[in-house]
Amino acid sequence: MYEGVVQDLIDELGRLPGVGPKSAQRIAFHLLSSDPADITRLAEVLGKVAEGVQFCETCGNVAEQEQCRICRDERREPNVICVVEESKDVLAVERTREFKGRYHVLGGALDPLSGVGPDQLRMRELLARISSDEVTEVIIATDPNTEGEATATYLVRVLRDFPGLTVTRLASGLPMGGDLEFADELTLGRALSGRRAL
Amino acid sequence: MHLRHLQLTDFRSWEHADLELGQGPIVLIGRNGKGKTNVLEAVGYLATLGSHRVSSDTPLVRHERERALIRAAVVNGDRELVVELEISPGKSNRARINRGAVGRPRDVLGIVHTVLFAPEDLSLVKGDPAERRRFLDDLLVQRSPRYAGIRSEYDRVLRQRNALLKSTGKRGARAAADDPYALSTLAVWDSQLAELGAQLLAARLDLVADLAPHTAAAYDGIAGSPGGEPDKSAGITYRSSLGSALPADYGTPEGQRADVDILIKALGDAVVESRESELERGVSLIGPHRDDLEITLGGSPAKGYASHGESWSLALALRLASYELLRDEAGEPILLLDDVFAELDRHRRARLAEVASRAEQVFVTAAVDEDVPGELTGVRYTVDEGRLVRE
Repeated sequence: MYEGVVQDLIDELGRLPGVGPKSAQRIAFHLLSSDPADITRLAEVLGKVAEGVQFCETCGNVAEQEQCRICRDERREPNVICVVEESKDVLAVERTREFKGRYHVLGGALDPLSGVGPDQLRMRELLARISSDEVTEVIIATDPNTEGEATATYLVRVLRDFPGLTVTRLASGLPMGGDLEFADELTLGRALSGRRAL
Repeated sequence: MHLRHLQLTDFRSWEHADLELGQGPIVLIGRNGKGKTNVLEAVGYLATLGSHRVSSDTPLVRHERERALIRAAVVNGDRELVVELEISPGKSNRARINRGAVGRPRDVLGIVHTVLFAPEDLSLVKGDPAERRRFLDDLLVQRSPRYAGIRSEYDRVLRQRNALLKSTGKRGARAAADDPYALSTLAVWDSQLAELGAQLLAARLDLVADLAPHTAAAYDGIAGSPGGEPDKSAGITYRSSLGSALPADYGTPEGQRADVDILIKALGDAVVESRESELERGVSLIGPHRDDLEITLGGSPAKGYASHGESWSLALALRLASYELLRDEAGEPILLLDDVFAELDRHRRARLAEVASRAEQVFVTAAVDEDVPGELTGVRYTVDEGRLVRE
């Protein structure tokens, strides 16, 4: 145990995801030896985050204004919405440069063990968007794990009653540049059942 | 298949153990608590990624060490693979095949097959349904490794669904069962449960269908007097929480192979029917996690009716049947006989020894020499104070 504020700093850092006690200690001592201006800048940023980060009114992505950059962009197709769990998933899809539509960030996935149901996610906002805008396709891009699949199933059940709306799910399958022989059975099984004609 | 080399580091009581192995029997002799069973447990872990003695990984690591290492050179036909498993409780375990890292430890399943006989086997007959479900699932995973993933995903869905049933049911089961909003969320987990549950259920039914003839034959061999037929025959039947909604000829040797789509529908319907009682009790009442394998002797359930000796014969028959099944399908498994001869009478001993002596590789542990049948003379090690001494 260190004395006073140093230990406080280590304890706080240690509560962050992916940071163990040893890493927390290393970061703390790195901060102690760095330029006070750097620390002040970090503190200011944290202060701004604490005051409240703005989320896009339309899609729920982190934003600087009322609407995020993507929702303000006139060139993006307004009739295709890609539904993702978190803001970081928007970045992941954006990096592909393949998608020209807009996004909807749910803020998580159905997870009853952590008390997350549809009310805790931005489901209602999604339904409102679909009923008012001229949306023709919803792409469900939740994570391919138990909770993400459950969320996808829920969305399909809710969205299938909208007339003229196409609901699609990201294909799951083999990673590019990988070896077939090293693929696990679950992934390969999915890839096989989701195969397509050429 | 057989192990050519086995190396343990900080596994259980072994700080370090290094064994050059060959085909045939390998006999480990030593007093209790010296670590004989730990060697067998390590070999079994390669095949199932679990221990037959404990459910968590923590006790597998030597006291005050962070991780344990099992390394084995596995010979299957003329192919040799080196499998390494690093067990670190609290973190994720790691695996390597031929020194190359694989994505998940699960990927090594299917390389090593084992069938283990242990004194705990008696609970297959006398114990809770959970013991028999574990027996089926462990065998299933050896038969077809992809079920390891399906089973763990099913468990996850089950935990999520139970959490939801509990929180929704708090408001009163009847009120919740009439609330369309609560039902629509529950329906999502219903369909996940039905889809994964049906795959697990179908695989278990087919397994029981294939295992039943082997079990009956093995029991005849063990319990029949020399030259004569036994007076009772052994049978196994899968008891599903679906009850009569399960097609009657599923899971029987003469019947059909189980159809996953039919089972998805059956599970889905059954879940809807038991909605209110599930909400009342806050747990999932339908699904393979509530099923059982019924073991019968002469038509009556073995649990409660069979004598101690008959129960032992049945437990042995189930293990021998697993051995025959794996041998037919996946290549000859390694036999692990953990202190089991001391528990058996002369006739059962002789029968087990006869099978074991023909196996490609068999590990035997015993406290004293007299417990090892004469057929199983092979390489002998004495185990003492953290050392293995070859005789």
